[in-house]
Amino acid sequence: MNLMANLIPAAAEIFLLAMVCFILIADLMLTKSSKIFTYLLVQLTLLGCSIITVGTHENAVVYAFNGMYVDDLMSDVLKMLSYLGMSMVLVYSRQYLMLRGLFTGEFMVLALFALLGMNVMISANHFLTLYLGLELLSLSLYAMVALQRDSAIATEAAMKYFVLGALASGLLLYGMSMLYGATGTLELGAISNAIDSGVQNKSLLAFGLVFILSGLAFKLGVVPFHMWVPDVYHGAPTAMTMLIGSVPKLAAFAFATRILVEGLQSLEHDWSSMLIILAIASMAIGNLSAIAQTNLKRMFAYSTITHMGFMLLGLISGGIEGYGSAMFYTVIYMMMSLGAFGMIMLLSRAGFEADTLNDFKGLNQRSPWLAFMMMLLMLSMAGIPPTVGFYAKFSVLNSIIQTGHTWLAIVAVMFSLIGAFYYLRIIKLMYFDAPESHAPINVGSDTGLLISMNGLGVLFLGLMPGSLMSICAVSVQQSLLLH
Amino acid sequence: MIFGLPVISVTIWLPILFGILVLATGDDKNAPLARLLALVGSVLGCLVTIPLYTGFDISTSNMQFVELHDWITRFNIHYHLGVDGISMLFILLNSFFTVIVVLAGWKVIEKRVAMYMAAFLIMSGIVNGVFAALDSILFYVFWEAMLIPMFIIIGVWGGPNRIYATMKFFLYTLLGSLLMLVALIYLYNLSGGSFAILDFHHLAIPMTAQILIFIAFFFAFAVKVPMFPVHTWLPDAHVEAPTGGSVVLAAIMLKVGAYGFLRFSMPITPDASHKLAGVMIALSLIAIVYIGLVALMQSDMKKLVAYSSISHMGFVTLGLFIFNAYGMEGALLQMLSHGFVAGALFLCIGVLYDRVHSRQIADYGGVVNKMPVFAAFFMLFAMANSGLPGTSAFVGEFMVIMGAIKVNFWYAFAAASTLIFGAAYTLWMYKRVIFGAVTNHHVEELTDINAREILIMTILAVFVLAMGIYPLPVSEIMHASVNDLLLHVAHSKLPI
Repeated sequence: MNLMANLIPAAAEIFLLAMVCFILIADLMLTKSSKIFTYLLVQLTLLGCSIITVGTHENAVVYAFNGMYVDDLMSDVLKMLSYLGMSMVLVYSRQYLMLRGLFTGEFMVLALFALLGMNVMISANHFLTLYLGLELLSLSLYAMVALQRDSAIATEAAMKYFVLGALASGLLLYGMSMLYGATGTLELGAISNAIDSGVQNKSLLAFGLVFILSGLAFKLGVVPFHMWVPDVYHGAPTAMTMLIGSVPKLAAFAFATRILVEGLQSLEHDWSSMLIILAIASMAIGNLSAIAQTNLKRMFAYSTITHMGFMLLGLISGGIEGYGSAMFYTVIYMMMSLGAFGMIMLLSRAGFEADTLNDFKGLNQRSPWLAFMMMLLMLSMAGIPPTVGFYAKFSVLNSIIQTGHTWLAIVAVMFSLIGAFYYLRIIKLMYFDAPESHAPINVGSDTGLLISMNGLGVLFLGLMPGSLMSICAVSVQQSLLLH
Repeated sequence: MIFGLPVISVTIWLPILFGILVLATGDDKNAPLARLLALVGSVLGCLVTIPLYTGFDISTSNMQFVELHDWITRFNIHYHLGVDGISMLFILLNSFFTVIVVLAGWKVIEKRVAMYMAAFLIMSGIVNGVFAALDSILFYVFWEAMLIPMFIIIGVWGGPNRIYATMKFFLYTLLGSLLMLVALIYLYNLSGGSFAILDFHHLAIPMTAQILIFIAFFFAFAVKVPMFPVHTWLPDAHVEAPTGGSVVLAAIMLKVGAYGFLRFSMPITPDASHKLAGVMIALSLIAIVYIGLVALMQSDMKKLVAYSSISHMGFVTLGLFIFNAYGMEGALLQMLSHGFVAGALFLCIGVLYDRVHSRQIADYGGVVNKMPVFAAFFMLFAMANSGLPGTSAFVGEFMVIMGAIKVNFWYAFAAASTLIFGAAYTLWMYKRVIFGAVTNHHVEELTDINAREILIMTILAVFVLAMGIYPLPVSEIMHASVNDLLLHVAHSKLPI
C-alpha cells in the first residue's frame, strides 16, 4: 500500500494536527486583546476539517496503516457532527470565557487537541489507536478543567478527574493486554476472527472483557463507575463542562461500538447481560439523584448518567435498529446538552454563575424567548413529543422491544417518568415562579442566534426526525455490520 | 377541501397557526390585539369544522376525509388523518369550546394574555389532531403534546395550589402514556411494521398479550377519563385551573380518554375487554355511586362539579363495557352532553368567582336577588347536570341505563342511583348558593351577567336543550360507526 492511500483516509486529522501546531505558535504572537483572531482561526480550521472529511469520503470501508485506522460512513458522520458540536461549544463559551479571563489560546488549542483525540477514537480499528485517541482526549480535558487555576473547586475537580480517569485507563489497558494474551492480536477485526475460531483460554478472555467494560463504563460515566461525573461537571467552569458533556459522547459511542461490536461481537451474549445491569443501575441512580440536586450542573451530570444508561439499551438490543438507535440517541443527546449548558452560560455574567435552580426562576418574565427555548430543550430531554428527544427514546424502545426485552422497555419508561419530574421542575421555575433577580440578560447576537437554532432545531427535528434517523441507521449498517 | 386544503389538516393547523400569531403580539401592552386575534382564530377554527358535518356520509362506517402522507418512512409512520362517526363530533365540540373559552377569558385574564389565548388555541389544534389521527404514533405525539399547554395553563393562571396540581396532572398522565407507548411499539412489531390504528384492529393477538396491552392502554386512558381509583388528579387540577382551563378539562380532555377506549382498547383487544369487562364495570359503578356521594360532601363548588364529572364519566365507561348499541351510543351522547353541561357549570362558577373570588359554597347565598338572569341559566345547567328529561344529559344516561338493564338488572340499579345523588348534590349546592336571603356584603355587591356572558350562556343553553329534545341529528351520525365497532368487538382476535 502506498503512502498516499494511507494518508488520504486520515487527511482531516493530519490537517487538524497541522493547524493546531500552527495556531499554537501563531497565538503567541497575538496580544491578549486580539485573541479573537485565534478564535476565528479555530473556527476556520473546523470548517476546513469538515470540507476535507466530506471531500475524502468514499462509499466504502477504507482501512489504512495496516488496519489500524478505518474510514467509513459512521466515522465520517460522527466526525462531521463533532466539528459542528465543537464549533457550537466555542460560540457558546466565547463571551463566558472572556468575562472570566479564560479566553486564551490554551483553551482553544486544548479544545482542538481534544477534537483530534476524538477523531482518532472514531476512526480507530486497533486497540492501540483507540487508546491513543482516548488518552489525547482525556489529557486535554484534564488540563481544560484545571485551566481556572485560582478556583479551588475547579482544581479539585481536575484532580479527581485525572486520578479516576487514569485508573479507568489502567483498567482498559489491562483488559486490552488480556485480550491480546488470549487472541494474539490487537486489531479489532482480527480479534473477532480469533474468538470465532476458538480461544484456548476462556477465562482470560472473560477477564479481559470485564476489565474493558469497566474502563468503558468509566469513560461513559455509567453506574457504578459514575462517581467522577457530578464532581467534574460541577467543579469545572461551565464552558469546560459543556465540552466534556457533549461532543466526547459521540467519540465514546464510537469507542464502545468499535470495541463491542467490531471486536467482541462473538461475546455479545456476555457483554449485553452485563450492560443490562449497568443500564438499569444508571437510569435508577441517575434519575433518583438528579431529583435531589439544587445545582443545575450537578443535575445535568446525573441526567447524563441516565441518558448514557438509556443509550446502552440500544447497544444491548443490537442489530441495525439497536446500534442505529444508540447512535441517534447520542447525537440528539449532544444537541440537547449543548443547548442546556449554553443556556446556563447565557444567563451567567461577570462574577456570577447562573448554575442553581433558583437562577432560572421567572425566566419567562425576564426573557420569554429564552424561556421558550429552554422549555423545548427540557421537554426534549424528558422525551416529550413533539420534540426530538421523544424519537430518541422511541427508537431505542423500539429496538429493545424488537429483541423481546419488553420488560426492559417498561423499566426504562418508568425511570423516564421519574426523570420527567426534574425537567418539568425547570419549566415550572421558569414559567410559574417570580424572578429572583432582574439583572438584564446580555445575549450576544451570535449566541442568541445559536441558542434559537438549537432550541428550534430540537422542535424541527421532532417534527421531521426521519432523515437523521436514516443517516444513523445507514452509517451503522455500512460500518459495523457488513464486515 | 377548504380553498384547496384538506379539511382535517386545516382544523388542526389553523388554530395552531393563530396561536403562534397571538404569541407574537408579545407582552400585555398588546393585549387587546391578542384577544382579537384569538377570537378570530377560534371562530375561524370553529367555522372550518362545519364541512366535516355537512359533508359527512352517515351511511358508512369507513373513515372519511382521509389524508395519508409519508412522514417517518424508516418506521413506516404516516401522517394519516380521518374521521368517522365517533371522532367527528368531538372535533366539532372541541373547536366550538375554544371559542367559548376565548370569550370566557376575555376580561378575566389580565396578565400574560397572549400566552393564555395562544395556549388554548394551540391546544385546540392538538386535540383535533388526537381525534383525527389514524396513525398511532401521530396519535401519541398529539396525545402527549396536549399536556404541554395544559401544564402551562394550570401552572400560570391557576389558584394557590396550582403547582402541586399541575405537576400531579402531568406526571399522572405521563405514566399512562408511556405504558401505552410500549404497547404501541409492541403492536408495531407484532403487525410486521405498521403503526396504522386500523391495521391494529385486524391483528390476531394471544390472550396474555391482549391482557397486558389492555392494561397498558387502561393506564393511559383511565387516567384521562378519569376512572376510579386513578381519578385523584382531577379535583386538584380542576380546582386550581382558571375557568377556561376547567372548561377545557371537563369538556374536552376527559373525552379523550373515553375515545381512547373506543379507538384502541376495545377493537384491538376485544377478548381482553370481554374478560376484564367485569372489572371495568365495577370501577365504573364505584365511580358513579361512591364519587357521587363524595360530591355530596364538597364545600368547594369547583370540586363538587369535578367529582360530579368523574361520576358522570363513570356512566360513559359503563356504557362502553356492556357491549351493546344502547350502551355505546348512550356513552357517546353522554360524553357530548357532559361536555356542554360540565363546561357550562364551570363557566357559571367562573362568573361567580370573577366577582367574589371565592369558590366556597358557604361564601354565597341569595345570589338570585342580585343576579336573576344568571340564576336562571345556572338553574338550567344544574337541572341538566342532575339528568332532567328534556336536557341533553337525560338522553345519554337513559340509554346507558337501558343498555345496562339488558345485561344485568343490578348494574342498571346502581347506575340509576345517580339520578338521585346527582340531583341531590347539584340542587343542594344550587339551593345554598342561589336561594335564601343575601348573606354577606360580597353577594350584596354582585352585578348580573353582562352581554358577553349572556351570549355564551345562551349558546350553551340552546345546545343543552336541543340535544335533549331532538338528539337525532347527533345520534344518526354515530350509528354506522358504533355498529361496526360492536361487530369488531364481538369477533375474537385470538390467533387460531
